[in-house]
Amino acid sequence: MSTTTTEAARARPSAAPRRVAEHIVEIVSDSGEGAQKAGQTYGAVSAKMGNGVWTVEIIPAEIKPPARSRAGASGIRVRVGSEAVTNTGDEADLVVALNEQVLYGRIEQKAYRPGTIVLLENKWATDPRDDVREAYAKALGEFRALGLDVREVPLEEACQKVAQDVRVGKNMFVLGMLCYITSRDLDKAFEEVAFVFKKKGEQVIRKNQDLIRAGHAFGAETLELRYEIPPRKVDRAQLVLNGNQATALGVMAAGIEMVAMYPITPATSVSHHLAGAFQNVGGVVHQAEDEIAAMGFAVGASYAGKTACTVTSGPGLALKTEFLGLAVMAEVPLVMVLVQRGGPSTGLPTKVEQGDLLASLYGQPGDTPKIVIAPATIEECLHFVVTARKLAEAFRTPVMLLTDANLATGVQPIPRPEVDADWLSPPLDQTPWQKGVTAYDWDEDTGLSPRPIPGQAGGEYVLTGLAHTRLAKVAYDPHSNQTGCAMRSRKLAVLRESLKPPVVNGDRHGDLLVVGWGSTLGSIEEAVARARKDGLSVSSLHLRFLSPLEPGLKEIFRRFRQVMTIEINYSDAVDAPHTGEHRRIAQLAQVLRTHTLMDIDCWSNVAGQPIAPRAIHDELVRRLQKNGGNR
Amino acid sequence: MFGLKDDWELDVPDRYFSLEDYEGGTARWCPGCGDLAVLTAVQRICRDEQLPPERTVCVSGIGCSSRFPHYMKTYGFHGLHGRALPVACGIKSRRPELKIFVATGDGDCCSIGAGHWVHAVRYNMDMVVMLFDNAIYGLTKKQTSPTTPIGLSTNTHPRGAWLPPLNPVAATLGFANVSFVAQTVDWNPAHLYATLKVAYDHKGLSFVRILQRCPTYTKDVFTELQKDPSQLLLLTGGDSPTLDAQSAKMFPNQQAHDSRDLEAARRVADQTAPLPIGVLFRDPARPCYEDFTTVGLGMSPADKLKGLEREFDKFAV
Repeated sequence: MSTTTTEAARARPSAAPRRVAEHIVEIVSDSGEGAQKAGQTYGAVSAKMGNGVWTVEIIPAEIKPPARSRAGASGIRVRVGSEAVTNTGDEADLVVALNEQVLYGRIEQKAYRPGTIVLLENKWATDPRDDVREAYAKALGEFRALGLDVREVPLEEACQKVAQDVRVGKNMFVLGMLCYITSRDLDKAFEEVAFVFKKKGEQVIRKNQDLIRAGHAFGAETLELRYEIPPRKVDRAQLVLNGNQATALGVMAAGIEMVAMYPITPATSVSHHLAGAFQNVGGVVHQAEDEIAAMGFAVGASYAGKTACTVTSGPGLALKTEFLGLAVMAEVPLVMVLVQRGGPSTGLPTKVEQGDLLASLYGQPGDTPKIVIAPATIEECLHFVVTARKLAEAFRTPVMLLTDANLATGVQPIPRPEVDADWLSPPLDQTPWQKGVTAYDWDEDTGLSPRPIPGQAGGEYVLTGLAHTRLAKVAYDPHSNQTGCAMRSRKLAVLRESLKPPVVNGDRHGDLLVVGWGSTLGSIEEAVARARKDGLSVSSLHLRFLSPLEPGLKEIFRRFRQVMTIEINYSDAVDAPHTGEHRRIAQLAQVLRTHTLMDIDCWSNVAGQPIAPRAIHDELVRRLQKNGGNR
Repeated sequence: MFGLKDDWELDVPDRYFSLEDYEGGTARWCPGCGDLAVLTAVQRICRDEQLPPERTVCVSGIGCSSRFPHYMKTYGFHGLHGRALPVACGIKSRRPELKIFVATGDGDCCSIGAGHWVHAVRYNMDMVVMLFDNAIYGLTKKQTSPTTPIGLSTNTHPRGAWLPPLNPVAATLGFANVSFVAQTVDWNPAHLYATLKVAYDHKGLSFVRILQRCPTYTKDVFTELQKDPSQLLLLTGGDSPTLDAQSAKMFPNQQAHDSRDLEAARRVADQTAPLPIGVLFRDPARPCYEDFTTVGLGMSPADKLKGLEREFDKFAV
């Protein structure tokens, strides 16, 4: 195999690779053409080489959208860097497009810039259908007018020479070509393909390897394109996975034994990963008859001492609301993973949004204090589940873990966790219950109380969602409900005291502080770093705890002339008609205003896309220039 | 001492439970409420079976009858309206050793929780599900329930309920994987106890519809049935309980019924005059969901960690 590599490289000795610090490639096609598998393999090969990688799938909302349609763009983006890559990045450097129509959708999403190289399948130029040829020619003109560097490539023709069925083979051919273009290690690609197609047998593996080899040779012979993205040194074993896979591993590493769920995009794949693997660590997935039942099942298992997890997205949260309130009221530990998608209502099922923060914090009737945390990276998706399970049990409360479609589908190498037995849930306590201790024996100072588990003799109590006393007895008197609410609220106050103030990224004082939460961390920090390089006085802060909020925020905010959040949820534009001082602002900004009584601004949108570093950078520059003269 | 051998001792279990050990708070149902009879029957079963109270869990939804767990001195879960079954199934999923009684009403089970009813029957987890059917919403004060007789005046249908009522036993016999369906009445303690006992002994979800009098809102709905036992059809044979001769004598209408025959059970279930009581159907061979949900239960931490490392390996580069 390695001889082939050298031969291919030798075929075009003049093409000396250009060294770049990072490179973003997209493969876009109709759905079902295997673009995602090619891109994932490309990402895995890059991670194995030691590069920083962020991979994100481009998913059409429909399962089988019509071929050659603008909205049907299916594919993948892979950002590869010499350093760690924390987000999907700005515009692509290179696009491989299997037809021209799917590019329109991506152009609309601002995925490309003038100069982006497009390797476009050219078979459509000679298609027997007049309308197809015309559309192709028209698109070519339009793309070039936009400044895209379109290069027509006979991909199918070249691929036909080695593959019997081009439709299923072209993706591996493209992978080989990309491996040539960015100087990927072909042996690692062969290894990866052998792993991916292990179940399909030797013959399939060999066929795919031949296609990669052919694509590589094709690149070497015909393309004037070659880059090198030098890898960094990796000193720890790594896992390459997406946020949902990380969450699934987190569930296992937390020692959780029961995940009750109902299918909902984009959360379902957490359960897919668990469905196969969970029983290898002694756990089981229950696919319930509906979202409510999934939550009820989890609450039941948790009540019985087996802290359970349920996984859902916005519409599912709406349905689980009543049970969530019960879990708060009756103090049932539980982990709820909420993989946020675009809303309201059914919204944008496959797209990203951070629109469920307020629904999570306040969405239940009555006062329902609970712990809400948000991982900001794929690595944190794993670790935070472990933390969530422990917090749930220590504080006898449900814990919500808010991720989003961006984390769910982004693929990145993360350090392999070193798990020990402390991560797992402790064995079930079945010792007799201590005499004189009630079912809700609240400590006046902390609100905390020990919890009887069925099986503990002497601990028998009836859990109820009605207002209740320390004895778990239903009580309608004015005192009892006040006390219960105070005790549950106090637990969060105690947790807040145990947290550390967040760390500011950049100077601890300055003109502007950007506050974010969740999956925007990478983009915000990248944008802030660029802005600081430009000489702008901007720092950022990223919250992991949304309830209770991390301490010390007011002190930190005071040291900046402006504080703003950047979020992926709705806010009125500053100049929106009829709004004025009643402008509706983004969700974290609302929470922070209430919390600090400070004038906190926001910048947000609900375009369904991860916010790119460039867009944030532009906004930072705009703000600081506008307000720069105020000092 | 006198004349007793040294090694004589009475073989007494470590703990013996009397009825009192299962009696929780004073029941606050209306005087004459049929729920009281069911409570007593369940307490007797617990005592007769010597169920340790700490390993017994009563689960309910919301409604008059869902106050049931509060009046038992076992573990209890008084949850949300319509949602007793998912909670009960969740408890059972990883704690199969716990004995579970579910108390649910006609509104709770057949209306707001109807979706869970269908599926819990299909999951067939080992528990006794008691449908307290008083044909009315009691706690919220006399609204039409799915089992309210057509024409009965309620606060939501003052001119009389419009639609024919749902038949809970016939419906349950239509659900996939159904394994036990019985019907009984609160006013015949012998039949009530005996039926619940057979239900308790069955491994799987035992669905028991209990016609239950509401002295406040549907006081006349079951009067005829109560006064005239010929309006009831006592099922005998099969899995139905055998009543003592004196109790059995009260029922002029009796029918031998093969409770292993689903088609026969469905025919009997459709019948309302006379109304069949006894075990309509039982199939002890139906799969129970907890046989699947308990996979890996008791796995050692060391094995879990080993398994976890293998899962990490799948993502390793």
